[in-house]
Amino acid sequence: MGEYVLLMKKSITFPDRWSMFFKQLIKEIYKLGVDSLWIVIIISAFIGTVIAIQISLNISSPLIPKFTIGYTTREIILLEFSSSIMCLILAGKVGSNIASEIGTMRVTEQIDAMEIMGVNSANFLILPKIIGMMVFIPVLVIFSMFVGILGGIAASYSTSTGMTPASFEFGLQFYFTQFYVWYSIIKSVVYAFIISSIASYFGYNVKGGALEVGKASTNAVVMSSVMILLADVILTHLMLT
Amino acid sequence: MIEVKNITKSFEGRTVLKNISTVFENGKTNLIIGRSGSGKTVMIKNIIGLMRPDSGEILYDGRNFLAMNKHELKQLRREMGMLFQGSALFDSMTVLENVMFPLDMFSNASSAERRKRAEFCLDRVNLADAGDLFPSEISGGMMKRAAIARAIALNPQYLFCDEPNSGLDPKTSLLIDDLIHDITVEYNMTTVINTHDMNSVMNIGDNIIFIKEGVKEWQGTKSEVITSNNQALNDFIFASDLARKFKEVEEMEIKH
Repeated sequence: MGEYVLLMKKSITFPDRWSMFFKQLIKEIYKLGVDSLWIVIIISAFIGTVIAIQISLNISSPLIPKFTIGYTTREIILLEFSSSIMCLILAGKVGSNIASEIGTMRVTEQIDAMEIMGVNSANFLILPKIIGMMVFIPVLVIFSMFVGILGGIAASYSTSTGMTPASFEFGLQFYFTQFYVWYSIIKSVVYAFIISSIASYFGYNVKGGALEVGKASTNAVVMSSVMILLADVILTHLMLT
Repeated sequence: MIEVKNITKSFEGRTVLKNISTVFENGKTNLIIGRSGSGKTVMIKNIIGLMRPDSGEILYDGRNFLAMNKHELKQLRREMGMLFQGSALFDSMTVLENVMFPLDMFSNASSAERRKRAEFCLDRVNLADAGDLFPSEISGGMMKRAAIARAIALNPQYLFCDEPNSGLDPKTSLLIDDLIHDITVEYNMTTVINTHDMNSVMNIGDNIIFIKEGVKEWQGTKSEVITSNNQALNDFIFASDLARKFKEVEEMEIKH
């Protein structure tokens, strides 16, 4: 924990050269964020569809109105799926990428080379990743919400599910609370910091060779996932109760 | 000039460097030689600040390296160039971007001037045509040369090389040795090379420090190596039949 805090202290400082920082930031946003867009869209579309179908099959009671399917789908996607579950998935993809990239740089002496030149390697390598993730993960979450709900709408066109597009759309708009979107975005910013900083910590502190880089990558994903779940509980308690 | 005064370094109770003192002079290629595990890598890491000695002093042209504050240390680092054993080029950058990296970070020159300087450095190491290639697309020898170009980009006062010939064929090794020696003389740098390549010793060893089990066993020039009576040095340098024959021929030539 102490090592993690010291690394963050070393990382979160003003860059030596702002032009180099922004160059790195754009690279990281593209590599970690934009490259994750396709997986977010695919997973969100399918999960949105499946949520709608599952709900329609499980609450086929004449006492429950059909628009409940759209309402419940929206609440699940907004409150948990697009932020927490999507960030757990991204912890696997992006977290392992960050840990293995920085870990490989450590074992091949690239980080030592930066230090010898007088470059604050932690600041140069880690800060753009943290800022890039905190900027772009909320964008991915918004995409996920949008595509997930589109998936639910697509499911409503299927006659076998028993719901109608009109009732589904009514459910989507029923008792809509704008704060839930903000709640989800705020959570995603915290998760972005958790994923990027923990993965960077494990990568930066690798000692040894390729085997240790692999271990660091696994540890980064496991630890980020656990911390995301813990943060989910804390943030939900703080913001919704 | 770098002065090393009585440095000692231990790991978990095991002393790896024992009270070593030496001087690395300007415009000379200073070689640290010794068997694997003798402490030469630990010594160079202490000199460049990747490790801190338990006791002793390291002076860069009179400036006490170990007593420097953060700002002074940062300034000094900009006067250092380092060639790592595995080259340590940044994988995500092209060769030209690698050479431009220290310039982009620390030079106040315009973008065009920085690029011109990087191209000059690449040309100096005969890599003018490889600027657009990535490190994974070039050979080991080219990687070493690119790393030398990056190391000299900021006109350093001090150049450090950790086993510059490892993994290279004899002819390429010779080219790298000559390049380092020429650059050292050309820019009047203090160059410290960590090696166990005997061709380098005989080729560019202006000042040679032989370390055995963490102790400075011998110091001299390449010509003094031939005539040295130090048993440990002779066992190390002339371990192969070819090297022994070479020594015999050289000694006979000296006698006649």
